[in-house]
Amino acid sequence: MSGPVDPHAPVVFDRVTIRYADRPRPALRAASFALQEGELVVVTGRTGSGKSTLLGAVNGTVPHFTGGHLSGRVSVFGRDTRNHRPRDLAGVVGVVRQDPLAGFVTDTVEEELAYTLEQLALDPAAMRRRVEEVLDLLGIADLRDAPLRDLSGGQQQRVAIGSVLTASPRLLVLDEPTSALDPTGAEEVLATLSRLVHDLGLTVLLSEHRLERIVGAADRVIEVHDDGTVSDGRPSDVMATSALAPPVVHLGRWAGWDPLPLTVRDARRAATGLRADLSRNLGAPGGAQVAGVETHPLGPERLIASAVSVTHGTVAAVRSVDLSLRDGELAVLMGRNGSGKSSLLWALHGSGTRSDGAVTVVTATGARVDPAAEAPRTRRGHVGLVPQSAPDLLYLDSVHAECQQSDHESGAAPGATRATLDRLAPGIPDDHHPRDLSEGQQLALVLAIQLSASPGALLLDEPTRGLDYPGKAALATVLRDLAAGGTALAVATHDVEFAATAADRVVVLAEGKVVADGPATDILCDSPAFAPQVAKVLAPARVLRLDQVLGAATRLGAP
Amino acid sequence: MRTAGSPLARHLHPVAWWVWAIGLAVACSRTSNPLLLLLAVTVACLVVAAKRGSSPWARAFRLYLVLGAVIIVLRVLLHVVVGYKLGSTRLYTLPSVELPGITLLGPLYLEGLLAAAVEGLRLASLIACIGAANALANPKRLLRALPSALHEIGTAVVISVTVAPQLAESVQRVRRARVLRGEGGTGLRSVGRVALPVLQDTLDRSLSLASAMDSRGYGRRTEQSPATRRVTAALTLTGLLGAGIGMYGLLDSTAPAAIGLPMLVLGLALSAIGLRVGGRSVQRSVYRPDPWALPEWLVAASGLLAAVLVVVQSARAPGTLVLPVDPLAAPALPLLPVLGILVAALPAFVAPDPPVARRGEP
Repeated sequence: MSGPVDPHAPVVFDRVTIRYADRPRPALRAASFALQEGELVVVTGRTGSGKSTLLGAVNGTVPHFTGGHLSGRVSVFGRDTRNHRPRDLAGVVGVVRQDPLAGFVTDTVEEELAYTLEQLALDPAAMRRRVEEVLDLLGIADLRDAPLRDLSGGQQQRVAIGSVLTASPRLLVLDEPTSALDPTGAEEVLATLSRLVHDLGLTVLLSEHRLERIVGAADRVIEVHDDGTVSDGRPSDVMATSALAPPVVHLGRWAGWDPLPLTVRDARRAATGLRADLSRNLGAPGGAQVAGVETHPLGPERLIASAVSVTHGTVAAVRSVDLSLRDGELAVLMGRNGSGKSSLLWALHGSGTRSDGAVTVVTATGARVDPAAEAPRTRRGHVGLVPQSAPDLLYLDSVHAECQQSDHESGAAPGATRATLDRLAPGIPDDHHPRDLSEGQQLALVLAIQLSASPGALLLDEPTRGLDYPGKAALATVLRDLAAGGTALAVATHDVEFAATAADRVVVLAEGKVVADGPATDILCDSPAFAPQVAKVLAPARVLRLDQVLGAATRLGAP
Repeated sequence: MRTAGSPLARHLHPVAWWVWAIGLAVACSRTSNPLLLLLAVTVACLVVAAKRGSSPWARAFRLYLVLGAVIIVLRVLLHVVVGYKLGSTRLYTLPSVELPGITLLGPLYLEGLLAAAVEGLRLASLIACIGAANALANPKRLLRALPSALHEIGTAVVISVTVAPQLAESVQRVRRARVLRGEGGTGLRSVGRVALPVLQDTLDRSLSLASAMDSRGYGRRTEQSPATRRVTAALTLTGLLGAGIGMYGLLDSTAPAAIGLPMLVLGLALSAIGLRVGGRSVQRSVYRPDPWALPEWLVAASGLLAAVLVVVQSARAPGTLVLPVDPLAAPALPLLPVLGILVAALPAFVAPDPPVARRGEP
């Protein structure tokens, strides 16, 4: 930190070290920084690095609620969290967490908005006025009587923000507010936040894995390193060196652009030369493909769905979809929440509802069977599924026990699951409790368990949730290797950048129907909604990823 | 039943519904005259049909009626199996089983059966009254009306009500996950495997909810001296004990009059003072509290009037409030109690209609 720190700044961390009793190393180590009024500050860091600890320490949840030992000093508008409990700071700091539904106390929108005010003992007339103001401010007035459970994810998160805003806090702290939302919901929430910063001058501190959404709007980035130390700086300075950076930053670093672009718009303005190089050196028209899709020969059809429909009650989730997966193919299913991606995966797997149509899977022996007609144990050998909340599959108390149980369940040789796990995520100790693993490690364990039955087809539902950039890159490599080994894969995801790294083929669903199906490059480059950042920067060149640009550039001797 | 000049649609104060229902229940408890009991159940049904909302607990009223019917049947069966048989009109003779001190089965008399059925009907009518209160007053709104000293208990109840559907959801999710690992998902062995992840899920959820509530100001209160806390506890406990005894005295017609109404009033007063003292340290306010206006007074008074008129009748002519079984005769139809119970139907006409629920977007 440079210069004297205003003691009444929204947040001051002064040499803060936080340790938990059962952890060998501190979650935060000598963290010092201060937030200014009206700043939008993004906290980044690897999964499990102490981001949540940092955010929790701001209003005293750490250590008052979670336990642990805090040395140093945290103050919020001059109030020391040592002698102010979270409840005492409720009128000053508003806290919003990842899963809005888990934090709701009442059951309708209006009552939820009033809850904090009731606790603060505001008089009813003022309470009524503030609730009405916040309803208008967030554009949720038409939802006032709605049950919270019936709202979409984005609406729920906006209600959660509103429920702390009614108390007129001057600081908002949000712990991954968008990670449980689809892109539209995330957009709604981030737009709301940026409006609050600009119109009301609120100070906002938030953490976010998918920096591509937010880093362009941030005033400052605080990075929590793996050893618990913290560095902060202007976004372009932090992004210049951080391992956690969106694709557009990686492109900018590689191309040596200065200043480093953080948004697609800035990058596109800087990329005029690169775009010209790419198309000129190719000697091809502007729309030509720069890098060929690395194709490996596809095998025969493994999983065939014809006219599959799924209805839940009166809602038709999937309407007469035809789809087939070939061996060695990695298909990504995309589409907004409720477009039927999950329902389709569960129907393909055979354990979910299927109202109409037929699904056929080719077994290892070449027989064609309907997976829904198989017993769960035999079905696993034909087609595997990793559900959205992967840890549900884990119920034993150590990694070792899970691996053993998995070998037993799938009749694999002892140690087979462990060997797969070591290939996917090396170095997970045998005696760790599965619940204590990071999201990426849990996913690897579940994947290893499902692979132990050596299914010919594997389906994954939103596997990237909660993974940071290196975690997603590792997952993409694992899935590419599986595909290269001949497994047929289908992955449902919202994550455009992940799709760009992993997919051979993209299937876009809307309202239960397939609206686009084709090679990843064609579908992703042509779509304004699903185009990855690199494609947006370099259009009309048809590239999805930095390594494709790299490949083209070395081939052509540019830049 | 919206008539011209009736108030705008709104929720009636839940306490008013409960006072009304308890009044009607007291009336039922003081009589075993089947005509009066049936009249009271009809009145409860009428009011529920006219004024209930569209919420799940409002739809549960039928369950209370079914429960009442089951109670009547059980009471009669119990009489047939172990009851002490009395009467002169023998209907049927079952083989009797002599056990030391008790005779099972045996002869059945019309008088005994009728008396048992009326006993069952009395219980069933009490259940119907409580069910009516539940159907008419949103339990969550009732908790909001609690005195602030009880606010924390109220919050705990609201949360447990909210958590139940979430629990069902996570059980379903984990069972689906078990199937993915190749298990049938049924059978005793899978219970443990489902329970552990569900339990962990629930614990995580509770912790995150608790932390969210903490950071939203829940539990802010000023410190109280130990002396005040002790006084609060003593007042509340003595008061509740007194109220309990008073309630017993009121419901049991053989108890001395002194431990009836006076004891109840004294007990309630003591509890009220205790809650008031305890509530002083809790600083919170209520958003859009339900108003207590004319309809509330009318609803509460109609229930109380029913109770008072039946109690008055039981002092003046107790014989008219029972079914005469020795010798068996048609029950009387005393004017005063009939009037009282009919007055209890007033809420069907004077209470405001509940607002029609608007749905959010799916």
